[in-house]
Amino acid sequence: MAWLEVVEEKCVGCGACLTACPYEALAIKDTLAVVNDLCTLCGACVESCPYEALVLRKEGAAAAGGTLSDSRGVMVVAEQKRGVVQSVSFELLGVGRRLAEDTGAGLSAVLIGHDVVPQAKRLIAYGADRVFVFQSGALEQFNDEAYAKILARIIRAEKPEIVIAGATCIGRALIPRVAVELGTGLTADCTGLEIQEETRHLAQTRPAFGGNIMATILCTRHRPQMATVRHKVMRALVPDESRAGEVIEVPPAEGDLVTRARVLKSVEETAGTVNIAEADIIVSGGRGMRGSEHFSLIAELAKALGAAVGASRSAVDAGWVPYSYQVGQTGKTVQPKLYLACGISGAIQHLVGMQSSDIIIAINKDPDAPIFKVATYGIVGDLFEIIPRLTREIQRRRKVGS
Amino acid sequence: MNIIVCIKQVPDTTSVKLDPETRTLIREGVPSIINPFDMYAIEEGLRLKEKHGGAVTAITMGPPQADSALREAISLGVDEAVHLCDAAFKGSDTLATSYILAAGIRKLGAFDLILCGKQASDGDTAQVGPGIAMQLDLPQVVFVRKILELKDGRLTVERMMEEGYDVVELPLPALLTVTKEINEPRLPSLKGKMRAKKAALRTMSAAEIGADPARIGLEGSPTWVEKVFTPPHRGTGTVWKGEAEELVARLVAEIEKFKLG
Repeated sequence: MAWLEVVEEKCVGCGACLTACPYEALAIKDTLAVVNDLCTLCGACVESCPYEALVLRKEGAAAAGGTLSDSRGVMVVAEQKRGVVQSVSFELLGVGRRLAEDTGAGLSAVLIGHDVVPQAKRLIAYGADRVFVFQSGALEQFNDEAYAKILARIIRAEKPEIVIAGATCIGRALIPRVAVELGTGLTADCTGLEIQEETRHLAQTRPAFGGNIMATILCTRHRPQMATVRHKVMRALVPDESRAGEVIEVPPAEGDLVTRARVLKSVEETAGTVNIAEADIIVSGGRGMRGSEHFSLIAELAKALGAAVGASRSAVDAGWVPYSYQVGQTGKTVQPKLYLACGISGAIQHLVGMQSSDIIIAINKDPDAPIFKVATYGIVGDLFEIIPRLTREIQRRRKVGS
Repeated sequence: MNIIVCIKQVPDTTSVKLDPETRTLIREGVPSIINPFDMYAIEEGLRLKEKHGGAVTAITMGPPQADSALREAISLGVDEAVHLCDAAFKGSDTLATSYILAAGIRKLGAFDLILCGKQASDGDTAQVGPGIAMQLDLPQVVFVRKILELKDGRLTVERMMEEGYDVVELPLPALLTVTKEINEPRLPSLKGKMRAKKAALRTMSAAEIGADPARIGLEGSPTWVEKVFTPPHRGTGTVWKGEAEELVARLVAEIEKFKLG
């Protein structure tokens, strides 16, 4: 049983919650907030109340038999493509190491693929104590069913308290299947993972409503607590090749390799271009570029800087650049050292995808553009004047320097 | 071919604005829409039906007002609409939601294909589609950008990956989640709108789909929201105005600090 409680001693009937509620589920009656049937228990009003008069209540059911107490350790689901461990795995080990230390337990990793034992050592260098390796020719490419079965099996056997995986194309296909199989909770796209001091639960913070609000999610009665994290959100540790760890090769169960779907081929399309998720410098263009023909300004500046090209959703939706360039909530999360936003107004959906960049420079002619709220340096001006000059100047200095 | 499309009614997040003073959400007057990604799933379902025959059923779990999303789906050409509606569903997380939708789908009888949008624009989890597939023990492909072939009960599709795409083959029944690259959704026809107005929606409660009360709603949800807060504010930096030449000089000075030259 769960409900939204109005604490009568605290509620003054100010009505702040009425505007916060997306479902018209609140009304003010005799200077008290009242909740009607439309309430979905989303919790949006709880934050809006200046008097802390709204509380989400949940009648605590008994903890599921023993699963809380015998679960221990942190497990990272490593990701490989074409036999190479992807850097998101190292980032997960970075946060995993901290969580393992905070819970006083070990950090393990699971690596599924074909001929990947040599790669397991890299996971140890980045922080894993133990690496479980499942190898087979049938596992060379990602397979939703086989990978999910193997992962569920090792989680059942090892009973980790926490499982973290990448919010990647593979992770997003795989982990929900595993969570359903295990009947446990899963929180997507976490930007913060902390162990709560008192309860020892994993506080999982993620953006919601298109990044407009942040929500902290708990999974208090089930283990493991499962979370996905996007690439570039967490930082990897500096690898230590001398770190000791154990590589445990486990033969996959025959039945786990029998699947209905199969990959016929895997095609790389972006070969030869700078991947924006990995770039140190990104030059991004938005609606202010006014057309695909002007995106060459962005491309030239990017080339001069040795940077990758990015774009806002409006530029992608307008068809000026392909989706693979999109930065933001429905595109890629980036964390470059320098992010140059050109003609991007800074819708919240864009900001959540780039605001952890080290330095943000924004060029926009509208002084009130929200992008200036997150920019380290904001330039109010005409990008059609500024960008070509900037490109020329960078090119000139490069020549002089070389 | 029996196709089921799962849809969700969401607040139009693109029209959500922040109150500049309190930095809280202004949700007043924000319209409810069909999750934009689900529009591509509806369209793909209709195209498959037009090519291979059969029927398309839209299904949603949501409060009474989610009716309007189903009516919109009918106006686009969907044959049947099913509303899983019960106060007991409130507060369901992705695990409980996939359980409820799977139970509802089971109740509808035999099907060949389930289509979902790749994620909902309010929660952005992308967990319910693969969750339903697992609940119903179906093969799945997520982030499908193209259906290449449907022949002899087998589908061949392209799924998007970070660096390109995979071609995947799988037998029906199956579940796909689709991306916006897959098609261009149609607009409702006038005839469709008329039909939507009159159409009878099938509503099913928790009891009618045989849902276990312990697996639905907040009670059946392992995860729950402890607190909600406004994102931390990144400190406002320096803003420069002036002549282009001077601005460029300052910019170059900043960029030079990275020793890019």
